Amino acid sequence: MSIQHALLGLLSTGPKYGHQLRVEFEERTGDVWPLNVGQVYTTLQRLERDGLVQSDGEPDGPRKTYRLTEQGKHELDEWLYTPPDLTAPPRDELVIKVLVALQIPDVDVREILQSHRRHVLELMQQWTRLKENEAESDVALALVVDAELFRLDSVVRWLDAADGRLKRMALEAEPPAKAGPQLRRRSAVRR
Amino acid sequence: MSTLDLINISKVYGTGASEVRALQEVNLSVEPGSFVAVMGPSGSGKSTLLTIAGTLESPSSGEVVIEGRSVEGMAAEERARLRRRTVGYVFQDFNLLPGLTAVENVSLPLELDGMGLRASREAGLSALANLGLEQVAGRFPDELSGGERQRVAIARAVVGERRLLLADEPSGALDSKNADTVMRMILAACKGGVAAVVVTHDAQLASWADRVVFLRDGKMVDQTSRPATPEELIAPYRRQ
Ligand SMILES: Nc1ncnc2c1ncn2[C@@H]1O[C@H](COP(=O)(O)OP(=O)(O)O)[C@@H](O)[C@H]1O
Ligand SMILES: [Mg+2]
Repeated sequence: MSIQHALLGLLSTGPKYGHQLRVEFEERTGDVWPLNVGQVYTTLQRLERDGLVQSDGEPDGPRKTYRLTEQGKHELDEWLYTPPDLTAPPRDELVIKVLVALQIPDVDVREILQSHRRHVLELMQQWTRLKENEAESDVALALVVDAELFRLDSVVRWLDAADGRLKRMALEAEPPAKAGPQLRRRSAVRR
Repeated sequence: MSTLDLINISKVYGTGASEVRALQEVNLSVEPGSFVAVMGPSGSGKSTLLTIAGTLESPSSGEVVIEGRSVEGMAAEERARLRRRTVGYVFQDFNLLPGLTAVENVSLPLELDGMGLRASREAGLSALANLGLEQVAGRFPDELSGGERQRVAIARAVVGERRLLLADEPSGALDSKNADTVMRMILAACKGGVAAVVVTHDAQLASWADRVVFLRDGKMVDQTSRPATPEELIAPYRRQ
């Protein structure tokens, strides 16, 4: 989460006090990322040093007013359009766990998939409960809940796909007696 | 008393080489007001479970108990009455009758059960109103959107004094906004005491339920534990 750019965004509607920025930040992000006062002021100092915001020269503190500079507006605009890093993470822990499980002879991988599926569903139930209880008016929270639910949903889909793949593999490995020779021939070709 | 108990239910289709064991010793209890989602891959037995719970089909072995009464011992007429009065069904293709308006569709089960025209119409209107659908009461199915049709189907499934709602992929072809609305409606029915069993392969939809059970190859392999309510979170402190 870029606190810097969130603060630039809040300043795009006009000059604001430091304290006001903190309160608005928490409101707009659905209380999901609470900030401490220190973080807001150190970030504002950094923004001012870089010429992205300008203060009114009052001493540091809640009554100091900040405004967006032209350079700050430009930076904000550029950031909004810059794609986030969506390349694959170096290691997806869940994928690694399943790959390791596949190597261990007496482990039931589908059992492991199911245990992760249950855990993810329990998390999703909690997020959905939040969606159920919150008024539709809290747009920030609703967007955060949607993002979490879609992210977790994609994990379940991967688990389902892995499950299906392993089931097909198991069926191929243990063909019914009649299909035996044919399958053996096929695996011979593969080698 | 549970609304629904499935006790050691097995279902075998076909015989010999073509034998399919669709369900194997499945146990499930659903309390009044609770919302259970059934997840599992295609062919895992979800629809079979639902048709057996709804007495549309008989198990090969095991017992179906609805509101404390075993279905097997019931006379045909009594079972039919149970299907008309206690159980409501929602299927993926919503089966609204095209020649009837929304409210006529909703009140039809009550009329068939012998309720007078005016009383059943009133009950139908109130079921629609409870689900925020009063404005579509006079429209025919082809004048409704897909989401509205499915919501009318849910109104029909809970009209009167239904206490068990069974839904098979109720939001199959709907977009996520409409699918959410359908789940909210089922949840609202549960808050009013209805017990619901909803089959879905969609995790986002399943996560509306209090409990998610997982089927695999006809066996119930797992379930989520019930998320704690605020009351339960506070309870340990009260005990001191
Ligand atoms: N009427 C039937 N006759 C024979 N086999 C059936 C019948 N209904 C379902 N099956 C089989 O039983 C299994 C479970 O089916 P079903 O309950 O429809 O699964 P799901 O709804 O999870 O996709 C499948 O293998 C299916 O082919
Ligand atoms: Mg099915």
